[in-house]
Amino acid sequence: MTASADRTADRTADRASDRASDWSRVRLHVVTGKGGTGKSTVAAALALALASSGRNVLLCEVEGRQGIARMFDVDPLPYEERRITKGAPDEQGRAGQVHALHIDPESALLEYLDMYYRLGRAGKALDRFGVIDFATTIAPGVRDVLLTGKVYEAVQRPRGGRKKHQVTYDAVVLDAPPTGRIGQFLGVNSELAGLARVGPVKSQADNIMDLLRSPRTAVHLVTLLEEMPVQETSDAVAELRDAGLPVGGIVVNLVRPQALGAGALAQVREGTVDPTAITSDLARAKVDVDADLVASLVAEGRDHAVRRRLEDEQRTLVAAEGVPTYELPRLASGIDRGALVELAQLLRRQGMA
Amino acid sequence: MTTPVPVLDVDALLDDRTTEIIVCCGSGGVGKTTTSAALALRAAERGRKVVVLTIDPARRLAQSMGIEQLDNTPRPVVDADTAAGGSLDAMMLDMKRTFDEVVESQASPEKAKQILENPFYVALSSSFAGTQEYMAMEKLGQLHREAVARGTYDLIVVDTPPSRSALDFLDAPERLAGFLDGRLIRLLLAPARGPARLMSVGLSVVTNALTKVLGGQMLREVQTFVAALDTLFGSFRQRAEQTFALLQTDGTAFVVVAAPEPDALREAAYFVDRLTDDDMPLAGLVVNRASPSARTALSAEEAITAADRLHAADSSSLTAGLLQLHADRVRLIEREQHLRERFAAAHPRVPTAVVPAMAGDVHDLEGLRAVGEALADQG
Repeated sequence: MTASADRTADRTADRASDRASDWSRVRLHVVTGKGGTGKSTVAAALALALASSGRNVLLCEVEGRQGIARMFDVDPLPYEERRITKGAPDEQGRAGQVHALHIDPESALLEYLDMYYRLGRAGKALDRFGVIDFATTIAPGVRDVLLTGKVYEAVQRPRGGRKKHQVTYDAVVLDAPPTGRIGQFLGVNSELAGLARVGPVKSQADNIMDLLRSPRTAVHLVTLLEEMPVQETSDAVAELRDAGLPVGGIVVNLVRPQALGAGALAQVREGTVDPTAITSDLARAKVDVDADLVASLVAEGRDHAVRRRLEDEQRTLVAAEGVPTYELPRLASGIDRGALVELAQLLRRQGMA
Repeated sequence: MTTPVPVLDVDALLDDRTTEIIVCCGSGGVGKTTTSAALALRAAERGRKVVVLTIDPARRLAQSMGIEQLDNTPRPVVDADTAAGGSLDAMMLDMKRTFDEVVESQASPEKAKQILENPFYVALSSSFAGTQEYMAMEKLGQLHREAVARGTYDLIVVDTPPSRSALDFLDAPERLAGFLDGRLIRLLLAPARGPARLMSVGLSVVTNALTKVLGGQMLREVQTFVAALDTLFGSFRQRAEQTFALLQTDGTAFVVVAAPEPDALREAAYFVDRLTDDDMPLAGLVVNRASPSARTALSAEEAITAADRLHAADSSSLTAGLLQLHADRVRLIEREQHLRERFAAAHPRVPTAVVPAMAGDVHDLEGLRAVGEALADQG
């Protein structure tokens, strides 16, 4: 059994008694990862996992991909909070609510100007002069400032909301830009606060940095058990720590099926499998067996064993980062709403939510 | 119902002397950098004089190519086989340095110093998103001008930045050009240029709004910065347009890279559509990391049924484990096949090459050669 599987077992035991999660103080869960590691899937699964009975969770996306709408099979999301699904049910079948928000910088800027500066007519004039376009596409970093600003608003929203019918959230999950950009994305406000030495922009930027650097935020990293993503995760952990941003857990995604135990893996890898035993097993299981089939299955097993050993090497490196780790399996059928609930329950069982 | 997909003939593309630029694009994490490097190495070893511009290679791959030092100039990759008369240089993009060099080459020393020290310039050139795309385009333009003038290279292979969206790379020059033409620039330059009477009522509303949001001091700093950069804008714009036009010529070939995953293929589809709309020359699609095919025709259902029977008798049965793994492998392949067919159905004329997943990461020339081999061998 691997170290991480041991820890999973321990946590499961803990959870039965007190049900506290590893991140119960955290309000803002930022989920990042190298491209291709499935960070959006993990963010969605985490939102489902956090939405236990009576809790409202907001899942935000900021990269204009409409990935949430696709995953949950709903219409493309507007710039408006929408309830999209129930959370993952507990043992009694109870669940909270998951809301979603697609944050686009243009709408965020107009809303921001309206909310803090009451720029009705002037807001439109800014748009006409290309200021909105400039600010959201070309002006350095403004885009990231706006996106993080909106997330900040959702996290800090007072009970009852600023406007009527606004929901107050127990947790906000941000499907953030990839690891290569995460330090820059989250640090943009400190850079801005440095540029704007006084004024409203400065105080807003300072407030956002205070939240992001507080224990109420956790930046979780999604990785695969492959060299490059693990290296990037390790670099990101160092970068986040240097920037004073709170590192959360590491979610190891798309883990290969564990159909063979350690002994079987070694046997397959070293080529000491007895083909006659396999032949008679297959015959007993009513498979039309010949020597070719046995050789093929054993060869596929060896391919798998080689990759499992590479995975184990990377798993050791992940564990060395010294933060809580969680593992999610690769599901051969792909990701749909049912699969997300399954992943959410696995995260809960391991104590992430 | 399987649509017959035309095959991307990589060697024909590399051997075609009229191919001068290959741009590899696609979403993050699909193996763009590896594909670019593998194409470049293969082209060089087939006799082309190649330079590959990478954006963010994995450390060990960069070391094996001798480009772990960021010095923004191409360096020869000494272990490339030059027997066929070709050569390979490689470089890693340093976006700040590229930006600084543009400023230094376009402005008087005094003015350049003023710009380089402006806090907005420092932020813009070193850490903010978006700049990388502009600078990748700028560097490509430079390399091409140099190659044409001095005959240093006959093929440039470009890896694109890990953008928010693969399309950012293409949009960068036009966005910049659009901005430089825009009213906002005139607005920001207004106080530096002329009397207040030139400002219309609309302008003053905007200026007041900006002052309110940014604060007067910050707005003044932005204006100073824009005014200082103003002289550079003309050349920036001209160069961005030149590079964009260069990308539209027949000497350029876009290779869209994807993995057999819904998101990566969707992004690839957007890119293919966009290239077609803009008359950009698309060479084809590379699907990396395909699951290796199964070694036997036993179906997933049969394998699972048999595994369940064996598990009932012995929960740790090795044979049952092997059957489960086989079923998983078959399902994965079927899913990838289905995704590729869906892409092909919508884009039936895009030539495609499929590269099976390697067991480990690629971090040396030997690994790159193997990838190049797999790219070319679509038999």
